[in-house]
This record gives sequence, structure tokens and C-alpha cells, in this order.
Amino acid sequence: MQAEKVQEQVNSGGQIQNAGELASVESDQFLTFILQEQEYGVDILRVQEIKGWDSVTEIPNTPDYIQGVINLRGTIVPIVDLRKRFELESIPYGTTTVVIVLRVESRTGSDSRIMGIVVDAVSDVYNVAMEDVKPAPDFGSVVNIEFVKGIATVEEKMVIILDIDHLLNSDELADIQV
Amino acid sequence: MNFDMSQFQQTFLEESFEGLDKMEAGLLTLEEDSSDVEVVNTVFRAAHSIKGGSGTFGFSEVTAFTHVVETLLDQVRSKEREFTSALGNVLLESVDVIRHLLCAVRDEEPIDENHRSEVQSKLETMLTEVSNSSSDSTDEQNEQVVSKGWLIRFVPKAYLLKTGNDPVLMFRGLQELGEVQCSVDIQQLPAFNDFNPEDCFLNWELTLMGEVSKDQVEEIFEWVDEDCDLEIEPFEEEHLEDPSNLEQAESPSPAAASSTTKERTTTKSTEASSIRVGTDKVDSLVNMVGELVITQSMLGQLSEDFDMSKLDKLRDGLSQLERNTRELQESVMRIRMMPISFAFNRIPRMVHDLCNKLGKKVDLRMSGEGTELDKTVLEKIVDPLVHLIRNAVDHGVEDPETRKSQGKEEVGVVHLHAYHKGGNIVIEIKDDGAGINAQKVLEKARQNGLIGAEEVPPADVIYDFIFHAGFSTAQEVSDVSGRGVGMDVVRKNIKALGGQVEVQSSEGVGTTFSIRLPLTLAILDGQLIRVGDSTFILPLISIIESLQIKTKFMKSLAGKALVYKLRDDYIPIIRLHSTMGIEPDSLELENGLLVVVEGDGQKAGLVVDDLLSQQQVVIKSLESNYKRVEGFSGATILGDGTVALILDIPGLIKYSHGSTRDVNFNLAKELEEQAVQMA
Repeated sequence: MQAEKVQEQVNSGGQIQNAGELASVESDQFLTFILQEQEYGVDILRVQEIKGWDSVTEIPNTPDYIQGVINLRGTIVPIVDLRKRFELESIPYGTTTVVIVLRVESRTGSDSRIMGIVVDAVSDVYNVAMEDVKPAPDFGSVVNIEFVKGIATVEEKMVIILDIDHLLNSDELADIQV
Repeated sequence: MNFDMSQFQQTFLEESFEGLDKMEAGLLTLEEDSSDVEVVNTVFRAAHSIKGGSGTFGFSEVTAFTHVVETLLDQVRSKEREFTSALGNVLLESVDVIRHLLCAVRDEEPIDENHRSEVQSKLETMLTEVSNSSSDSTDEQNEQVVSKGWLIRFVPKAYLLKTGNDPVLMFRGLQELGEVQCSVDIQQLPAFNDFNPEDCFLNWELTLMGEVSKDQVEEIFEWVDEDCDLEIEPFEEEHLEDPSNLEQAESPSPAAASSTTKERTTTKSTEASSIRVGTDKVDSLVNMVGELVITQSMLGQLSEDFDMSKLDKLRDGLSQLERNTRELQESVMRIRMMPISFAFNRIPRMVHDLCNKLGKKVDLRMSGEGTELDKTVLEKIVDPLVHLIRNAVDHGVEDPETRKSQGKEEVGVVHLHAYHKGGNIVIEIKDDGAGINAQKVLEKARQNGLIGAEEVPPADVIYDFIFHAGFSTAQEVSDVSGRGVGMDVVRKNIKALGGQVEVQSSEGVGTTFSIRLPLTLAILDGQLIRVGDSTFILPLISIIESLQIKTKFMKSLAGKALVYKLRDDYIPIIRLHSTMGIEPDSLELENGLLVVVEGDGQKAGLVVDDLLSQQQVVIKSLESNYKRVEGFSGATILGDGTVALILDIPGLIKYSHGSTRDVNFNLAKELEEQAVQMA
């Protein structure tokens, strides 16, 4: 139910249309999703859409976590498995498995790309003031800390806010822009 | 009435640039043969429309400058002046200046005043040098003209509006020159019953305040010269009415000015994406859509009460639909196609300038200018082409004395030729100059460590070295060429377009560069192949043949590399499943099919599980959201909505073999040895 609501909100075009203009203004709405029982959040203005898991076309000779590419209404969009990216244990994709399609900006901000991440399930949309996002302590090996923008507490729960630009631009994906 | 001029401004700019090209081409023709009156007229007309148009749009710098050019050309036209090569050069320079001015207008950038005034003064010297009789009159005019203001009586003929001229626009033009006051005489306005809305019954009396020359005022009315009675008199102080009125007249002008700037910004953003399309192409498109609609309605009718007896009809309908779609697609692609003359047009001017600079004589011949090429390809091919031509003139063609001493014609020939060949466009740049000195290239290659000291590769390999970065055999570095930067860029650019460049040369006779380009970048004829569960697309043009694998023709080298004996050739084999890391149907080679492909002049055999259908695919880039992947040139979307990757044959060959040339070389050697042993 909640997921549907989220989808509706995201699909109501207007927000997405404005995403580009508002890119510089930090939004305080976050879409959260579940990955191994932990809730993670991403800036909602970066979310293009949420779609069910569907088969992908694999690209040979790419890192493991690049699941492949899909056809998103005529554009070729790469899909990253976030469990594999975080080196978590892989689980079979189920009914709640979704692909969150995100707009990722390059480091210089001059260029943006569309990418999808596979997560266990979408959760909710929270309003979080930027000042309530606390810097993250060291997680050890669970999550590489450099992908984490901060941690917010919402309704007694901890939400890890991800820095998706960094996450999807790093390593293998980094040398895309020559 | 707020009139949106921006769209016309864009058209004007496009037309003006075309006009400039025409002027340039005409002037170059005149240099060779100044007697052709028609060419003089063409050049004059082009200048005239640029001047007129820029006046209408209020680009006064352009108007003023072009006016001088036009005056000179008019004298040539009326035989008052001889067309000398000095005049030609100045006129060519002024074409550059006009182009610069128009670009500045388009991009809203500042003007390079120095250059303009330099050329303008050259033009003016030319003008005064002339048959003094004619220059007198212009000078006089120029002097008497400037006045504090002008009184203009403008009495248009009744049919003025039908000629497409609008007095309001002209008045607006006046407004840009200075403060304008306007009073209308409506005495001739008939009773409402007799009123014909297409006729003009009004007369105007305008006062223009400001230091304006009479020429400028006349220019505004230039287009309606014959369609009205016009009196322009210097303004006398008494006519000054109370200043409050003047203020009123003044107020609209800043508004007008600000709106023009706004319009210009919008033009800038849309300007790059316009294409001029011939009506015939649009007509054929309309026809095609008509047919498509008919097919669709036929199919629709069929579906209303369908039973199996109508299956044949359905099939017919579907095949018709397929044909229609393909034709439609082809005509849409044709819209993107432009004749290569767009790229060729700027070459003559360049050669002309180069010859002057280097003291060489070159006859540039062009053929196949009508060959059509995708717009994107066309835009990107210009730079490599320019570079190759420069090389041909600078390095290729010798100076007249050398040529004479070698028994050649004094005038060198550079031939630019474009034609279709298979699915490709070939552009040849051929000169009859000195040719490439293979020995020099070889020495240089050894110096640069590209090959070993003892190796003597075949001629085509030697010539290939010139495409290496930093490779130049020119003794002297000039500002034209010789720095060794360029040929590698040429090859890189052409490769980026999916093309190839080859060179043939023979010393003392000349050099030929051939550029092979794909017709279009967006759509590709593909062969679908299957390896295990994956479907890939092979560009059809790279496939030579497909055959069943016979193990007896299979040879293994050093236990690893596989080669296949294809008639008298040995070709390396690429097992797609292992390069791609896919589970194939069967690991036994004889169960697979061998597709012989060629890329970058190298052949290879791909082992695939199955050949599927052939179809046209739309190329989608992987880079836009991901990155370039070795071995693939892009992706496409198949009929069922899934993504399939397009194989990049040259990349694949390189990827699976490392440096392929060495491998092949060694392979051939080893095979020879094997053959010897077997014998």
C-alpha cells in the first residue's frame, strides 16, 4: 500500500520535471527502501520511477554488481544490484524486489545519467530536515562509509541516507566520463 | 501589435550564410575568368539581399559594411571597374568580415572592430581609386547626408500591402535610427462600404530626430521604392513640436529593444537544430503516410470479423504494413541526408588561400558533390577533410619549378571525389604530387621505435605509420602543416564515425586518401545471432559469409589460438562464448556455425550457436547512461522490448587477440613452418 503511494507520488510527473531545476536545493524528502532489514534513503527528487523487477540483458565483462541493461521506454539504462554493490549476501528476487530508477549526476554536475538500483523493497517517504541528518559513524565492513551522506532518525528508526552520486559514480562506473 | 521577428531572423541568417557561400564561390570563379556576367550578377545579388535583409532587421553594422561591398560589385557589374585579383582578394576578405558580423549578431558576441575597419578601409581605398567620376557621386551623397533629422512624407500606393510590405515594420526600423514622430493622413479613407481591407489608403508624415544619414533612411524604404511616393527632406528646427510628444514617441523604443534581445536569445538555442528539407522529400513522406493509413484501415476492417479463411489477406496486409514502415523509415532517414557539397563548399576558398600563401598552383577538381550523407556524419567529416586537403596542397603538390623540372604540368591537380560503394560513402582525395616517400617514413618509424631496425614491412604498413600520433616527415614546420599532429586526429575522427581511412601512394605520381563512411549512424542492418541464451547483433556489412564448421579445417596453434582454413586463407577464430563468458549450447565446434566477419581490414571467424533473423535495428548508445564496453558498439531494442547488444567487430578482434597484427603475422609464420614440416 505504502509502496503504491510512493509510486504515485513519484509518477506524478511534476516533481520529476522540476527535479532538474531544484537540483541545487537540498530537498528534505527522502524515499526509503529496505536492504537486508536496514532502511536506506535517497533524495526523492532524484527518483525517476519505481518499477518491478524484470529480466535484464547482461553485459559481458562488466563487474558482478552490474546486473545488466534494461529498455526504459527507448533508453538503455544500466541496473546495479545494491546487495552485490554493498557485498551483502545475495537473495533470490521476490515479489517485493523493485528497481528504483535514479538520476545520477556526475561529479562536476555537468552531466546526468539514468541508472537503476535493485533493492529488496521500497518502504516510505519521510520528511527529514537537513539538519536532522547526522554524520555517519564508521560502519566497519557492512557498508562502505564513503557512500553514506548521513544518518537520520525517523519515528525511532534509523535511516541511512545514501550519496547516490558517489555510490554510482565510484570505481568501475567512475571512468565513464573521459 | 507585437510581431515575432525571431523566426524570420533565423531564416535571414541562414539565407545570408548561404548567400555568403555563393559570393565566395562566385568570387573564386571570377578570379579564373572575370568575364562571366552571370557570376558577377549572382555575387551582386547575394550582397544586395544580405544588405537589404540586415537593414530590415536593424543590423546596421552589417548593412553599412555590405553597402560598400555592394557598391564595388555594382561598378564591376556595370563595367565601370575591372575585376582584378587584388579586388577579388579584398572582396573575399570582406566576405569573411560579413560572416563574422553575422555570427556576432547571431551569438550576440562583440565584433572584432580592428579587422573590420582594416578591411573596410581597404574597400574604401579601392572605391576611391576608381574611375573618379563614379566615386564622386557617392562621396557627395555621403557628405550631404547627415542632418539633425528628417522629414519624411510617405505616400504608399494602394497595393502596397499586397507586396508583403508592412509600413509598421518600416516605421519600427526608423525608430531604431532615432526618435520618430508620426502623423497619419486619413483623408483618402473611403466610406466603410467601399472599403477594401487589402488596400492601403493611408499617408504618413514622419519626423525622424537624430544624426542619421539620408542613406540610412532611404534604406528603410528601399524595398518599397517603386510602390510609393517618398519625400525625404532635412528637418528644420521649426518643426520641433513640444517635447512631451517626443517623449511619447520615445517610450515604445526601449520596450522594442528589450524584446529583440529576448528573441535573439531564444534563436540561439534553437538555431543549431534546423534542417532545410527539399519539398520532394516532404511530399514523398506525405505519400508514404497516406499509404500507411490505407494499410491500417484495411487491417482494421479485416479484424472486425476475422475468421481463418481471411488469414491470407491478413498476411498480405501485414507484409504491406512492413513495406510501408520500411519505406517510411527510409524517407525519414532521407530527410537527414544532405549532399556532401555542404562539406565541399568551403574547400575551394581554402585551396585558393593556401596556394597564395605557398606560391603553388593547384587546380581543384570536385565530383560527386550530390552524394548524400547523414547530417551528423557530414558535420564531423569537414575537419578531417580540410586537413587532408591541406596536406595534399602543402606536402603533396610540389611548387611550380619542381613540377616543371620533373616534366609535370605546372599546375597540380587535387581531385576530391565522393561516391557510393555498397553501404558506404567513399570520399577520395587524390593529388598528383610527390607521393609519400616510403623510405623517409620507414626511417622515421625506426627512429620513433615503431618498428625494429631490421624489419621491412610491406608498403601499406609503412604508409599506415603516418597515422601515428606525432609522426611527421616534413623537414620544416610551417603554420600550414608539418607538426605531425593531425593525421592521427584525422583517423580518430573518422573512426569515431564508424569509418575508415586508407592511403595509397606512389612516389612522384601522387597520393590518394580514401575515406569510407557509413551512410547513416542511426540505423543499421543487423544479423541477429544467438550464443547460449544471449542474442547479439552483428552489423550486416561486416559479415562476409557464414558456414558450417568442418573440424578438418581447424588448426590449433601453440595449443591455444585457433585458426580456420578458409579456402587459401587462415583466419583466427573467436569463440564468442568464452570472450563473453556465456554458457553455449555445445562446446563442440562442429555443432556451431562460423560467421566470417571483416573489420578494419582483418578477417576473423566468430563461432555462434545459431543465426536468427536479419533486421534493421536502431542504434542506442550505451555510453549515455553507462559507459563504453569493449567489444560492443552500442545496444538496440528488439521487437519484444528486450535489449540486445551490437557487436563491434574491429573492437572484438582487438579485444580477443590483443595486438592482432602480430598474432596474425606469427600465425602465418607458424603455419608455414607446420606446412613445411608436414611436407
